[in-house]
Amino acid sequence: MKFLPITLLAIGAAALPGWASAASEGDPQKGKEAAGVCVACHQADGTGKNNPNGESWPQLAGLNANYIAKQLQDYKSGQRENATMKPFANMLSEQQIADVAAYYSQLTPGQGQGGDSADEATLARGEMLAQRGDWADYIVSCKSCHGPGNQGAGEVFPGIAGQHAGYIEAQLKAWQEGTRTNDTQDLMGTIARRMSDEDIRAVAAWLSTQPPQSN
Amino acid sequence: MKTSFAITALAGSLLFAGGVVASERTEAYVNTLTELGYPAPEDNELVHIPPTMQDLEDSDTHPEFKRVIRRGYDLFTDTQQLRGENVFNDMNCSSCHLGEGRMPFSAPVWPAAVTLPGFRGKNGHVNNLEERIAGCFTYSMNGKPPEYGSDNMLALAAYHQWLAKGVEMYPDKPIYGRGFPAPDRPEELSYANGEKLYQEQCAVCHDENGVGLQVDGKTVFPAPWGDGSNNWGAGMVRVFTAAGFIKNNMPLGQPLSLSDQEAWDIAYYISNQERPQDPRYTGDIKETLEKYGPTFHKHSLYGQARETDGKVLGDHSNTGEKDFLKPDTVRPRTFE
Ligand code: HEC
Ligand code: HEC
Ligand code: HEC
Ligand code: HEC
Repeated sequence: MKFLPITLLAIGAAALPGWASAASEGDPQKGKEAAGVCVACHQADGTGKNNPNGESWPQLAGLNANYIAKQLQDYKSGQRENATMKPFANMLSEQQIADVAAYYSQLTPGQGQGGDSADEATLARGEMLAQRGDWADYIVSCKSCHGPGNQGAGEVFPGIAGQHAGYIEAQLKAWQEGTRTNDTQDLMGTIARRMSDEDIRAVAAWLSTQPPQSN
Repeated sequence: MKTSFAITALAGSLLFAGGVVASERTEAYVNTLTELGYPAPEDNELVHIPPTMQDLEDSDTHPEFKRVIRRGYDLFTDTQQLRGENVFNDMNCSSCHLGEGRMPFSAPVWPAAVTLPGFRGKNGHVNNLEERIAGCFTYSMNGKPPEYGSDNMLALAAYHQWLAKGVEMYPDKPIYGRGFPAPDRPEELSYANGEKLYQEQCAVCHDENGVGLQVDGKTVFPAPWGDGSNNWGAGMVRVFTAAGFIKNNMPLGQPLSLSDQEAWDIAYYISNQERPQDPRYTGDIKETLEKYGPTFHKHSLYGQARETDGKVLGDHSNTGEKDFLKPDTVRPRTFE
């Protein structure tokens, strides 16, 4: 770009929003070692597992490293609350957080689970919400933030295509109930609160059947 | 919780074969909008909520016509497929016309289909729908419109026209939610406050330097200024238009969350940044301003010295990514 207004150069680091704070360089090899305790739930290949009758374990493979690091920091600080995850996040030092984030971000994601049994109408509704939104309820399409194919946009908007349906549902409900509030500017919460239970089930099912980001 | 809105504006219900009854759709949208804080329609206003692509699929429209409308929709929401040919910035039509060009308060595009041919002050002659669409290509897309009558132009026009389905031609009533209605202009506008608010509330998506975000060559978040943005001739450079857009549509998903002062301050900050030259540029900024000031640039900051550093805005020959200044569709019509 030819024109970078000079005034912008004057914006100091202090003016940068919190999300821009760069995570320190992670070492994927060290991350792999630190992730030894994580495999019980997130699986050895990082693809997690959909658990229809309990808490699903999210797929971590292929997620943006800075996004992963932020989530682990948020569990540690209590910004994001989850009884299962908290003790494991607490075990990690700042450096280890950067390391496991680098490690998982490099793994190849697998296919999402939990959406195969959904009927055609449900999947069609889910696809519409994800790709076009439903402006009758001012539900902006998921892809307008989560990027092309819902495979993620930068470090703030994680890939949600190919994530497990049970996990997607649980997160959207957590936003509705106010138990997950760690999103920047309440961007996700605002949308989640406009969704019905059927919408949540539909979009979770459809997204889980979609190809995850490939790295 | 939903308050009921009585549809007085719609005479009779327009039935789409197999689709939603238009009045039901209108009621659902208007209830949502008023709950979000948008004004309810006035008694004398024409309220129209266009059909959705789902309604198209469910209708008994001729399959070939469906195919062309789908193409128009696809071009409108992914205009980047014409990059380098007709589009020379990062925009899609839907970057400014939210909800696929259907949403009130986000300059829904269908009114053009029922009010044109008509006189437009911006170019001082009678325009038809294709020329109106061409206008957004020339300025908002910093581009070169598809040929009048070409497949792509026809498909886009068909999409606009179909969105207006059921509305009378040349309505006498004012249209509910047309354009980007601006809130009242506050007495003072603050660049510094606009900059601060932009960095706090907008930069997460549009980038601190206003370049937006592209992923795999696709625009996720468009550029509010700079080479990837609309040029100096686009409606959005008028500060009141930007304020109206921002107040009613941004941050994405959180319309009307900013105060009037905040929306204007951010609009003022954005309007103070550079962008590609106005295609009507004569080679001299003073002369251009004299010609187009009275009808247009009196509302923008084009040709003015920026208060922070004295830089004269728009005083350059940068045309962004395109290698021409003005497409040849920008010409007067005299009907002689
Ligand atoms: C006992 C099972 C279990 C173990 C062990 C476990 N996790 Fe988790 N993890 C979960 C569950 C359940 C969630 C979803 C929690 C929620 O709803 O917030 C989760 C969420 C996460 C998330 C957030 C993902 C996202 O998409 O936002 C990250 C990152 C994560 N875990 C990393 C780790 C790491 C690193 C370890 C090892 C140090 C680990 N987990 C160990 C169960 C586990
Ligand atoms: C206005 C922007 C925006 C829109 C639109 C949006 N999201 Fe999000 N979403 C976010 C942000 C920001 C986050 C990251 C939250 C964080 O940092 O913890 C997020 C996170 C998520 C997560 C958690 C991912 C994880 O790994 O834990 C899910 C699931 C999700 N979104 C689903 C959706 C669905 C489904 C839709 C469409 C119905 C949608 N989002 C639309 C902004 C948005
Ligand atoms: C940079 C933002 C922007 C982009 C991108 C954009 N437009 Fe517009 N458009 C506007 C503005 C501003 C107006 C004028 C609204 C008003 O009346 O204040 C407008 C008006 C219109 C109208 C007239 C609506 C009416 O009420 O009569 C049509 C039709 C239209 N645009 C079509 C398009 C098409 C087609 C594209 C893509 C080729 C496009 N626009 C891209 C900003 C944009
Ligand atoms: C969650 C991400 C997000 C946030 C935050 C956000 N926008 Fe946007 N903005 C978008 C998207 C996406 C579009 C294009 C609409 C579409 O594609 O659906 C857009 C379009 C625009 C446009 C018209 C196109 C252009 O680039 O000129 C302007 C102007 C704009 N936004 C300004 C703002 C301002 C000012 C703020 C802060 C008050 C803001 N936005 C906050 C996502 C965002």
